[in-house]
Amino acid sequence: MLRLRNGQAAPVADVPLLAGDEFRSTVIDAALGGARVLAFFGQASPDSRGAVRLWGVLADALTGDLGLLATDIAGEIFPSLTPDCPQLHHFERELLETWRLAPAGHPWLRPVRFPGDRPEGPALAEFYRVAGAEVHEVAVGPVHAGVIEPGHFRFQCHGERVLHLEIALGYQHRGVERAMLEMPSRRRIHYAETLAGDTSVGHATAYAMAIEALAGVAPPPRAEALRSVGLELERLANHTGDLGALAGDVGFLPTAAYCGRLRGDFLNLTALLCGNRFGRGLVRPGGAGYDVSGALAEQVRKRLGRAVPDVAGATDLLFDSPSAMARFQGTGRLWRSQAQGLGFVGVAARACGMARDVRFEFPAGLWLTRQIQTATWHSGDVFARALVRRLEIERSVAFVEEVLADLPEGPIRADLPGGHRVGAPVGPLAGSHVAVALVEGWRGEICHVAVTDPAGDLAAYKIVDPSFHNWYALQLALRDQQISDFPLCNKSFNLSYCGADL
Amino acid sequence: MHFILLERLRQGRRTLQWPAGPAPDLPDRFRGRPLVDPGKCSAGCRECGEVCPTDALQFGPGPLAALDLGKCLFCGDCAAACPEGAIAFSRDFAMAVREREDLLIGSPEARLLADALDGETRRLFGRSLRLRQVSAGGCNACEADANVLQTVVFDISRFGIQFVASPRHADGLLITGPVTRNMRLALEKTYAAVPAPRLVIAMGACAISGGPYAGHPEACDGAGGVVPVDLFIPGCPPHPLTVLDGLLRLLGRL
Repeated sequence: MLRLRNGQAAPVADVPLLAGDEFRSTVIDAALGGARVLAFFGQASPDSRGAVRLWGVLADALTGDLGLLATDIAGEIFPSLTPDCPQLHHFERELLETWRLAPAGHPWLRPVRFPGDRPEGPALAEFYRVAGAEVHEVAVGPVHAGVIEPGHFRFQCHGERVLHLEIALGYQHRGVERAMLEMPSRRRIHYAETLAGDTSVGHATAYAMAIEALAGVAPPPRAEALRSVGLELERLANHTGDLGALAGDVGFLPTAAYCGRLRGDFLNLTALLCGNRFGRGLVRPGGAGYDVSGALAEQVRKRLGRAVPDVAGATDLLFDSPSAMARFQGTGRLWRSQAQGLGFVGVAARACGMARDVRFEFPAGLWLTRQIQTATWHSGDVFARALVRRLEIERSVAFVEEVLADLPEGPIRADLPGGHRVGAPVGPLAGSHVAVALVEGWRGEICHVAVTDPAGDLAAYKIVDPSFHNWYALQLALRDQQISDFPLCNKSFNLSYCGADL
Repeated sequence: MHFILLERLRQGRRTLQWPAGPAPDLPDRFRGRPLVDPGKCSAGCRECGEVCPTDALQFGPGPLAALDLGKCLFCGDCAAACPEGAIAFSRDFAMAVREREDLLIGSPEARLLADALDGETRRLFGRSLRLRQVSAGGCNACEADANVLQTVVFDISRFGIQFVASPRHADGLLITGPVTRNMRLALEKTYAAVPAPRLVIAMGACAISGGPYAGHPEACDGAGGVVPVDLFIPGCPPHPLTVLDGLLRLLGRL
C-alpha cells in the first residue's frame, strides 16, 4: 500500500496496482489487523479498455497513515470481500450498482440508491423477510410524519418487538459524484456544500483539502483556524438540536423547546461569520471565504458565552430527569465489536467506547497543533450517544472560544498559482494524482478522494459521508427493540439521507 | 419539578416580536434580496455570468439584463466579480412571490412580493393552514430551516400554521428539493392525497429551479414541472424569516 497522511496527494503511479488476489488479501489482512476501510470505489480504468479500476483507501489509526491500493477488474464478476471483511458490505453493493461489478458471494446484494431507470423503486425492491404466523411487516416512508428527508423503513415485527429492520434509501439521489466530473467546475464547491446541508462546512472543508492537495497549495493558518471554528459551530448547532429532539422523542418538552431555540443561536453565530446559517461561503479551496475582524471575533465569543449557560441548563434538566434517562438507557444498544467489525464512525462509534475521531487520529490543518479531547462512553445505547454529544458540546465551546481569542495573523487565502478569481478553481491540478481528505464532521468521518487524469481534470471523485457507514448501525440497534422506540433510536443517530444518497 | 420551573424562568421568553414588532437584526454579511442595476453594467464583461454556479444571470445583447432569484444560491460571487457594482446583496429578507417570472430582477427598484390568496381560498386558509412537508432530493438545509419555524423563536402555530403528519390532514404541500426521479412518484401521490382546494409552496432554489442540481438527469429541475406551484420562496436555503414572510403574505396577514 502507498502510505499517505490526511490531506496529501501522490502520483497515481505510486499507488500499487495489484493483481486481484493480492489486492484482496492485502485489504483483508489489513482489516484483520485493525485497519478501517475509508473508501472502496471504481473508476473507468485509464489503462485498459472496458476494465474498472478498483480503489481501496484504508486507515491505520495507530500510525495515523492512510493506505492506498488499486486493482483492475476486467470481467463483470469478482469474488466478494465482504464475507472476510464485513466493513465492505455497503461499498460492494455500491460497486454493483455503479459499475455493474458483481461481488460473487456477497451475503445480501441489495441496491443502494437506485440510480437510472429501474423498474422497482427503493420501497418496492426485495426485502429480507421473516416468516411466521404472528410475524407482521411495517412499512414506513418515503414521506414521513415529520419534516425530514425521505427514506423507506421496513420492519419485521413480532408484536411490538422488532426482529429485523431494513432501510431502503436512494430517494435523495441526485447524481452528485457524476456531476462533480461532468458539470462546470464552478459548481463543485456548491455540490460540496450541499452534499449534506447540515454539514456544509464539513464537506466543503474535505473538498477544499482534496483540491488544495492536488493544486499544491496550503491554506494559511488563519484560514485553517476559521474553518475549524466553522466546523465546531456546525457540531454545536447539530448536537444541541439532537439533544433537544431526543428529549422531544421521550416527551420531555422543556429541553426540546430550549434546544430548538439554541440550535438556531449557534446557526446565527455561523451566519455572523459568513452571512449564511449553514456556513455556505465560509470555506473555499485555498482558504476561507470571509475574514473575521477582532471586533467580530469578540462579538461571536460574547454571544457564544451567552448561549453556553442556556445549553448547560437545558441539557442538565434532561440528564437529571430519571424518567427521560430511563428511556435512554439500554435502548438501541450497539456493541463495540459491531462498531469495529462493520466500521461505524463518529458519535455512534464513540458511544461504543471507541476513540474514533479524525481530529485526533488523522489530524490535518489546525488539528496538527491543537486538540479536542475525544469524548467516548462505553454503553452503546441512546444514553451513550446523547452523553457523547453533551461532552462534545462542552469541549467544542471551549475550543471555539480559545481559537477565536487567538486567531493567527495573516491572509485568509493562499497565493494561488495562475492568479485567482472569485468562484474560479484554485488553479491547475496536478495530473495523474490522487488525494485523500478526511474531516470529522459532526456525524463522523467525512472522506473525499479525488483522482486526476493526465491533463489535471478530475477523473474520479469519491464521497463517503459518515451516514454511508452508519445507516447499518441503526438497523442493528433496532433488533429486539420495541417498534415504538424507533423514533428515539433513529434520532440518536440522526443520519443523513442526502449524504448517503448523493 | 422546581428545577424545571426555575430553568423556564431563566430561559425567558424568546419568541420573535415580528411581524407586530421590529424584525430581528440580521448579520451584516447576510445576503438577502439582490439589488440589480443593469444601468451600471456598461462593460458587458459577463464576469458575473462566468462565476455564477447556476447561470442565474441573464444577458441582453451586451450587458446584464436580470438576475433570476429562483436559480440564485446567494453565494455572492457575482457581486464580488462585477467590476462596476451592478449587483449587490441587501439584507432585505422578503422575497417570496406568486409567479415564477416575478423572480426575475432586472432593475434596482424591482421589489415584487407575493399577493394574498383571494376570495374563498383566503377565507378557508387565511387563519388556519395545515401543510404537509415533502422533502424531494435537496440537501436537508431547507428542511432544517422549515423545522426552525416550529421552534419557540418563530412559533408559526401562533399564525394558525402547522406542519401535519398526513397529506389527508393538509391544506397544501411545502416542497423542498429539485424533485429527484426517485421521489417523483411519492410527490405525485402525496399531492393527490391532499384534498382540494390545495396549495403548493416551493421552498428554496432546488424546488424552484433545480438549484445546484439544475440539468441533472437524476432530478426534475424543481417542483413546477410536477405539480402547480402557488408560492415561490427563493434562497439556498431561504432564511426562516423569508419563509415566514412568504407564508404570511400568501395568507394576507402581512
